[in-house]
Amino acid sequence: MADHTFHHALKILEEVCIGCTHCMQACPTEALRVRNGKAVLNKNKCVDCGECMRVCPVNAITVEQDDFEDIFKFKVRIALVPSVFIGQFARNIPTRKIYSSILEQGFTHVYEAEHGVNILINAVNSYLDNRKEIRPVISSFCPAIVRMIQVRFPNLAENIMLLKAPLDIAALSYRKVLNERGYNDDEIGIYYITPCAAKIAAVKSPVGELSSAITGVIRLDSLYNKVYSSIKKEVNSSCIVPEKEQLKPREMTWSLTGGESRFINGRSLAIDGINNAIEFLEKIENGSISNFDFIELRACDESCAGGILSANNRFLVSERLKERAKQYKLDKKEGKIINNKTIRQNTEYLLDHISIDEVKARSGLMLDEDMNAALKKMEKIRQFTNYLPGIDCAACGAPSCKTLAEDIVQGNAKTLDCIFVQYAINRQESSEKMNDQMEKIWGTEKLNKLAGS
Amino acid sequence: MHAQYEIQGGDFTKAGLASSEVKKMLKQLNLDPKIIKRIAVAMYEAEVNVVAHAYHGIMDIELNTEKIIIKVQDTGPGIADIDKAMEEGFSTASKEVREMGFGAGMGLPNIKKNADELILNSKINKGTEVKLVFYLNHQ
Ligand SMILES: Nc1ncnc2c1ncn2[C@@H]1O[C@H](COP(=O)(O)OP(=O)(O)O)[C@@H](O)[C@H]1O
Ligand code: SF4
Ligand SMILES: [Mg+2]
Repeated sequence: MADHTFHHALKILEEVCIGCTHCMQACPTEALRVRNGKAVLNKNKCVDCGECMRVCPVNAITVEQDDFEDIFKFKVRIALVPSVFIGQFARNIPTRKIYSSILEQGFTHVYEAEHGVNILINAVNSYLDNRKEIRPVISSFCPAIVRMIQVRFPNLAENIMLLKAPLDIAALSYRKVLNERGYNDDEIGIYYITPCAAKIAAVKSPVGELSSAITGVIRLDSLYNKVYSSIKKEVNSSCIVPEKEQLKPREMTWSLTGGESRFINGRSLAIDGINNAIEFLEKIENGSISNFDFIELRACDESCAGGILSANNRFLVSERLKERAKQYKLDKKEGKIINNKTIRQNTEYLLDHISIDEVKARSGLMLDEDMNAALKKMEKIRQFTNYLPGIDCAACGAPSCKTLAEDIVQGNAKTLDCIFVQYAINRQESSEKMNDQMEKIWGTEKLNKLAGS
Repeated sequence: MHAQYEIQGGDFTKAGLASSEVKKMLKQLNLDPKIIKRIAVAMYEAEVNVVAHAYHGIMDIELNTEKIIIKVQDTGPGIADIDKAMEEGFSTASKEVREMGFGAGMGLPNIKKNADELILNSKINKGTEVKLVFYLNHQ
């Protein structure tokens, strides 16, 4: 049934928002409207993909994070770092130096989020073997995609792979290791350094899990700024991080496009970009893709290298990571690599906890719980849609004439919100009523300016 | 509730558009996702058959709380041997059509598998009518 407890990481800063409609038109789930001259988000429809944040011309859309000072509530403070964080830095900056600088910010440990990949590769392939009746299986890696399916493609919810993402496996593994070293859970703070809003939402209200092993989230861009300026100032000329386990190339590039699909035994495909993903999900629904075993879908162009909180150009980040992956091979030849044992020692435990529960569809598109009422509403929506001008100008505060028609029928907007309807009536009636209506959408300020007062 | 969509024969780039519109409608009605899945597959195959084998078609949707009736009517060559056409793997699709990923001969069998009722009428050199019925026996 409908789940209303979803956490969203995207926030609109009302003081900054100029109500320009850019975000509204970019939203793939029609979750935004303009009211009182400000963008307003419908929480039941938002999937935290962050497309709105990309197009906002005044930075009025932001991603909330946990207060950095919160980490000091914990004795053990772990930065769970995704490989795309390392990809932000030029190749000549050694990974250990980056980690040193993260520790200087107050963390006690730095762990890579992708160490779970090795276990996952085998788990995914046996999952595919055991679920031959479901094709294609859709990756659960990108939380924005999982939510998109829940909201817009409810009949594909059963195609989602019910296995944890690498960061959750890694968090679980490190939590266990620390427990074994004698630390209680309330002494351990695991903070994920996130490249996107979707991962925050996934940590705060996980899909298919009761709670996450991760304590909180820190924005990748904010940590990058701290780390980069400290490296630039050479504050940490000495390296305080000991030689440690290194990410293998496959782990390093897992979050890039094709990172998962390459390891699938069988036919697979990797798709990035939210609109490409939507187009493909439509095809899967039609049943015309059932000869594929596995589809990797990522909301961001260039996958996590292009996350909305990635601090650098997505193509550069991706290229730098691939180059670092090549370096690994050279280092290995020279015997300079330390392999990860922590995860391998815990394989059995992690495999026991790798599954997530069934992913439930959400009612993002539903007009009414009652089908009869929904049918009546749909009929009305069609009538209104035919009546409206069909130019999708957004002056009504809705992204298209069709969405305005839906809003009208759902009681969330008025026919008079349409300036063309107003114009038609205005020729006969006094205009005061229309002005009131326009003020409700655009606020007094914009309209006064137009009126020259 | 009643709606109609046009299907253009031969235009493979637009194959699936009508089905897409209907799918959007169905999702707004709080139907069981499993039924939507069956409807989506059957409807898409019927639409693709018009694109692949006929000249022009209309998809007609009739919908109430009990059932949905989808009629796909086309002007086209018609089907000479319906029993044969219903066989898995039977296809008269040209090499070009196959190369575009259509014409595996599974369309009609898949429609039959997914629809609660399938009624097929065809007249040679006139056209074909595929009528699909789905019962929405939601609890
Ligand atoms: N609308 C139609 N008009 C004419 N012939 C059709 C139509 N639909 C199906 N057929 C015929 O029936 C055959 C089998 O159809 P189908 O099972 O969908 O396989 P495919 O479309 O892959 O050939 C087609 O090859 C074609 O000869
Ligand atoms: S592709 Fe990666 S960065 Fe983008 S939303 Fe998905 S998980 Fe987040
Ligand atoms: Mg066919």
